[in-house]
Amino acid sequence: MSVLIYIELENGSIKKTSLETIAYGAKVAEKNGGKAIVLAIGNADASELEKAGRYGAAKVLHATDQRLEHENSMAYADILVQAVQQEESKVVILPKSGLGDAMAARAAARLKAAVVSGVTQLPETDGVFTVTRSVFSGKAFATTQIHSEIKILVVKKNVIEVDENAVATGNAEIVPFSPAFRGEDFKATVIQVEKTNTELSLTEADIIVSGGRGMKGPENWQPLVDFAHALGAATGCSKPVSDLDWRPHHEHIGQTGIKVAPNLYIACGISGAIQHLAGVNGSKCIVVINKDPEAPFFKAADYGIVGDIFEILPRLTEAAKKLK
Amino acid sequence: MLAYYLSFSVNCMDKVILRSITIHNCITMKILVCITNVPDTTAKIAFTDNDTKLNKNGIQYIIGPYDDYALARGVEIKEQSGGTLTVLHVGGAEADPQIRKALAIGADDAIRVNAEPLDSYYAALQIAQVAKQNSYDLILMGRESIDYNSGVVHGLVGEMLGIPSYSPVMKLDLDGNQATITREIDGGNEILKVSLPLVLGCQEPIAEWKIPNMRGIMTARTKPLNVVEPVASEILTTPEKYTLPAPKGACRMIPASEAETLIRLLKTEAKVL
Ligand SMILES: Cc1cc2nc3c(=O)[nH]c(=O)nc-3n(C[C@H](O)[C@H](O)[C@H](O)COP(=O)(O)OP(=O)(O)OC[C@H]3O[C@@H](n4cnc5c(N)ncnc54)[C@H](O)[C@@H]3O)c2cc1C
Repeated sequence: MSVLIYIELENGSIKKTSLETIAYGAKVAEKNGGKAIVLAIGNADASELEKAGRYGAAKVLHATDQRLEHENSMAYADILVQAVQQEESKVVILPKSGLGDAMAARAAARLKAAVVSGVTQLPETDGVFTVTRSVFSGKAFATTQIHSEIKILVVKKNVIEVDENAVATGNAEIVPFSPAFRGEDFKATVIQVEKTNTELSLTEADIIVSGGRGMKGPENWQPLVDFAHALGAATGCSKPVSDLDWRPHHEHIGQTGIKVAPNLYIACGISGAIQHLAGVNGSKCIVVINKDPEAPFFKAADYGIVGDIFEILPRLTEAAKKLK
Repeated sequence: MLAYYLSFSVNCMDKVILRSITIHNCITMKILVCITNVPDTTAKIAFTDNDTKLNKNGIQYIIGPYDDYALARGVEIKEQSGGTLTVLHVGGAEADPQIRKALAIGADDAIRVNAEPLDSYYAALQIAQVAKQNSYDLILMGRESIDYNSGVVHGLVGEMLGIPSYSPVMKLDLDGNQATITREIDGGNEILKVSLPLVLGCQEPIAEWKIPNMRGIMTARTKPLNVVEPVASEILTTPEKYTLPAPKGACRMIPASEAETLIRLLKTEAKVL
């Protein structure tokens, strides 16, 4: 029995959300008395991958191939399936992301495994294997029993506390992994990759400052961006803002946009429509700044300021700078 | 963005406004669009029967918003390529009004697999079964359903059929058998070319949601809605119960004149800075 944990790399480093995934997978392995084995795909130094050991992994399977340069869920799922078979893993853990979901799905079809996405807690493993996940866009949780021999869980961010030195014993063993591919894995030709988000990505960010229609127009975004910089935060927006092209689409947060779960979400001039709240209700702490004391967002907030966003933002930026 | 709206109208009866000229060398497309039947985005979620079932009282059901984007793009492609568009739903008869709406928006016919979609795997298996019998060029659906938010059905279906799947797709253009797709990847977008058949999970701005017109609503009544029985499948999961999140504590209000205090409270009290 082992637990296989897929992790995402970015520029040769393990993503922060993936460190959490390792910690989660290691806890599952501990409960089941098995080993936590990590699968990493793409270029990274051994010294970086060894870090996985500190979060509880015993071994890292490392697959590199120049054809794997682009996110390719078909080829990646192929690798995942072969790793699961080699390690005889019964539980497979992936971080919640477009790629994580796609790999989980394709591997599930191959392995005839149940796949549960959006998991928010450690599974119950005494008796029937049971997991709890977020449903109805964060408005509720569903607990589900899994009966298949292999179980695939796609885990949300901020689900468990991460202890950077959970395992004092240190480094994981790095083992090169060379899977076989199928012809159809590389059917597509990537013609352009555009990094729209050169800064912090919304799903990775600990702090998000987000603007709504109350910002009045794209030309008014600078104070919000300045505040975000002062806090080391990513910037987001409500749907009408991206629909109006005031901000790019990838900043659109909500039920029909990105779902975020930062430690701190600061909403500026956003009314707090239920569809927007559905994208932010995983946040630990919510701050709302709105000139309308009746704005529904205050009901979902931890801290609120009633006032004019353009007057308040520069003052908050100054206060944040002083803190540093 | 402007280029998107560089529109022209075809079919003088309908005055259908299409977006940019994106479909070249038309081949007759056979398109399948899978739709979910989900509580409206404003629905208040509550449970009954010892928290084992959704309380459907007062809930309005809609076509999943992401599926609605898939449908809209499917209809645009069909109108330009002159192919057929079938809409597919796995679920009970309560979804029929939503299926009729999809027919009114422009689908030619509909298939409903008459079964409770027990989980993603089960739903995908039913979709794959229908697809195997009809060999579609393009299978479109939303990036995720808004009830379970899983985002795995397109990948499952793709693998079950042995064809590529991509999600979330924000732009889809066709040139004969070649699709050019813009999809969101972590921190950006990727444009890729791949040949059909494909399974795609869609999101905005792939198309604008369509509202059925009067003529569409009238013709939808007589379009075929075929109800088929599901294929047998092993039970991989069973739902146990639902829970609601703990109620939020009161919001601490800070007077605007003391806005700076917020930063201190976030550091010392909330400990998030
Ligand atoms: C199917 C569906 C899906 C949707 N999905 C999403 C989604 O994913 N994400 C999303 O965000 N929305 C979504 N929406 C839209 C949603 O219903 C709301 O319309 C939207 O969230 C409102 O955006 P807003 O708060 O920016 O704008 P508004 O509702 O117009 O609110 C602007 C706010 O700014 C405040 N304000 C104005 N001026 C100032 C000032 N000077 N200082 C301080 N405050 C000021 C106002 O008091 C007001 O509260 C969806 C809608 C539907 C129907």
